[in-house]
Amino acid sequence: MLSIKNLKASVDDKEILKGLDLEVKAGEVHAIMGPNGSGKSTLASVLAGKDNYEVTGGQVTFDGKDLMDMSPEDRARAGLFLAFQYPVEIPGVSNINFLKTAMNEVRAYNNLPPIEAKEFLRMMKEKQKLVEFDSALANRSLNEGFSGGEKKRNEIFQLAMLEPKLSILDETDSGLDIDALRIVSRGVNKLRSGKNAFILITHYQRLLEYIVPDYVHVLYNGQIVKSGTKELALELEEKGYDWLKESAPAASFH
Amino acid sequence: MENTATQIINSLYDQCIADFEVRSNTAEPEALTALRQKGFQNFKKAGFPSNKVEDWKYVNLTPFLKESFATATEEELVEVPESVIKNAAIPHLDVWTIVLVNGVFRKDLSDTVNQEGVFVLPILEAASRPAFQKHFGTYTDLAKNHFAAVNTALFRDGLFIEIKNNAIVEKPIHVLHINTANEPLFLQPRSLYVVGVSANGSIIESFVNAGANANVFVNNVAEIFVAENANLHHYYIQAGSEKNRYVHHTEVYQQQNSVYNNYKASFPGTSLLRNNLNIALDGENVESHLYGLYLSGGHQLVDNHTIVDHRKPHCQSNELYKGVMKDESTGVFNGKIFVRKDAQKTNAFQQNNNLMLGRKAVVDSKPQLEIFADDVKCSHGSTVGQFNADALFYLKSRGIGEEKARALLVHAFAFDVTEKIPLAEVQDHINHLIEEGLKA
Repeated sequence: MLSIKNLKASVDDKEILKGLDLEVKAGEVHAIMGPNGSGKSTLASVLAGKDNYEVTGGQVTFDGKDLMDMSPEDRARAGLFLAFQYPVEIPGVSNINFLKTAMNEVRAYNNLPPIEAKEFLRMMKEKQKLVEFDSALANRSLNEGFSGGEKKRNEIFQLAMLEPKLSILDETDSGLDIDALRIVSRGVNKLRSGKNAFILITHYQRLLEYIVPDYVHVLYNGQIVKSGTKELALELEEKGYDWLKESAPAASFH
Repeated sequence: MENTATQIINSLYDQCIADFEVRSNTAEPEALTALRQKGFQNFKKAGFPSNKVEDWKYVNLTPFLKESFATATEEELVEVPESVIKNAAIPHLDVWTIVLVNGVFRKDLSDTVNQEGVFVLPILEAASRPAFQKHFGTYTDLAKNHFAAVNTALFRDGLFIEIKNNAIVEKPIHVLHINTANEPLFLQPRSLYVVGVSANGSIIESFVNAGANANVFVNNVAEIFVAENANLHHYYIQAGSEKNRYVHHTEVYQQQNSVYNNYKASFPGTSLLRNNLNIALDGENVESHLYGLYLSGGHQLVDNHTIVDHRKPHCQSNELYKGVMKDESTGVFNGKIFVRKDAQKTNAFQQNNNLMLGRKAVVDSKPQLEIFADDVKCSHGSTVGQFNADALFYLKSRGIGEEKARALLVHAFAFDVTEKIPLAEVQDHINHLIEEGLKA
């Protein structure tokens, strides 16, 4: 589904991703861990198409299409979803109106007619239940005045509504209390299927107790330096990252 | 009132002076004749304002007034395509429609307002009415307002609305201002709205694009009297073509326990749009709300000047103006709040926010507070900003295209103003005009 080959990207002429490889197939859950500044969030932003990142090398294909050639909106329409680390508050845009607009844009891209009001409401109800997202919140302005946990739940609610093929959760677990973490994880687990895939970007092994990944990768200094199964996460929790740094290629700066 | 530009725009000035000589032969009530004389003397001395006049600092009128204007059309009744009136209607809203073409009240195109206690007349037909005699020309300072002075001297047409004490107007009165001409035209309509004690009403004024062939400069003056315990919702929906230029003076006078709400929305088109909105809160427990939205485009110049004058204690005013500036348009917001010595326990709030969409768009925002009382709550603020790039990316990352994402953010920006509009149909209509205005 997603194939990343030797991806290099910079911000303000500083190279952050230095030749990253990753293969994600339908039905898989990948966790990407790594110390601060290793490039985790940059990877998420580059995949979603944020414009202050410059891709300087490599290839990314999504369902066979060159992802880097697509606008952010087309990436989303083609089935890529980024759950933001810091979801934006947009006062004056209602959650519902926003979601309906987004869904219809995705549908139009896939040659489907606009969703019927009744069907939309039914889906809203169903998915709200799935992520235990209060309908009072769904009726408010987009993320306005939401707590950190409510914002993250709203991301997962949107994910549930838009039914993407590939979801990237950028530190969705950071700062969540255990109840919110359980709710978010339960939501993701219910959404997992043989047809979609998830990339979990996280600092903490704790998340992986709730969402069990098929693969764990360690990102360090812009490259994936080690891959393994969920046991790798436990090892990282225990030993930290230092033991891996030796296996990393020398940094091109410093 | 010094340093005027009469030397530059001599011909229109001379023409106005000459028109007054001719008009002074018309028989009118004595008080009105005296008032016209006063307006004339003020205008004769001051002429049209130049940039050196503080209130006109940001607007150079010379290019707009330089033309050779007629001051009336030859035809008695100007033809108006039915589509112009139809397009100006607010969908699904039940109103009485009153049509003014070049300031002339057109009974043939207007609905009859058949409610007891509500009177809608051409302004000069009202000259003998007590409400006219009591309130006409009473509240506008002719020495400070150049355009109001010349309007007072020369107006012929316009609208008079009276809502008697305790009358509750059953449905909104929708006034359509259609201004169109084949030769350059300088118009000076006048209106007076008198809202009696404990009366209630809604007046919606739409300025529409009537597809004029020549430039039409409209110097409009409206006076509004809101009596004790009365409540008036007053809407301005200002659109037009590039041929339209508007200087629009609104003078509001409120008595105790009254509420006046002004909702103003202007859109791309009209080359020059200058609004003066002056409100005097001259009684205790008065409430005034001023909500403004200006979406400007092209080379449009939109200038909103407001004065909120707190004269008595325990009053509240709330002003929120939001601007969305496209292309190479220019915007001005100048909001003055006076809190006089007697006006203790005043709550006065003012805010102006601007969203700059055009790289070459300009806005001048100037809040002014003059407070002479010592126990008041006043605040004002002013911001100028651009699209929030993070918000735009967030919307796009959910599949929403660039154009739609921008429109959503503009609606969101305007929302603080549009949500205040009590009539849902008017709200929808304005949201629709925002969408159209963004595309234009």
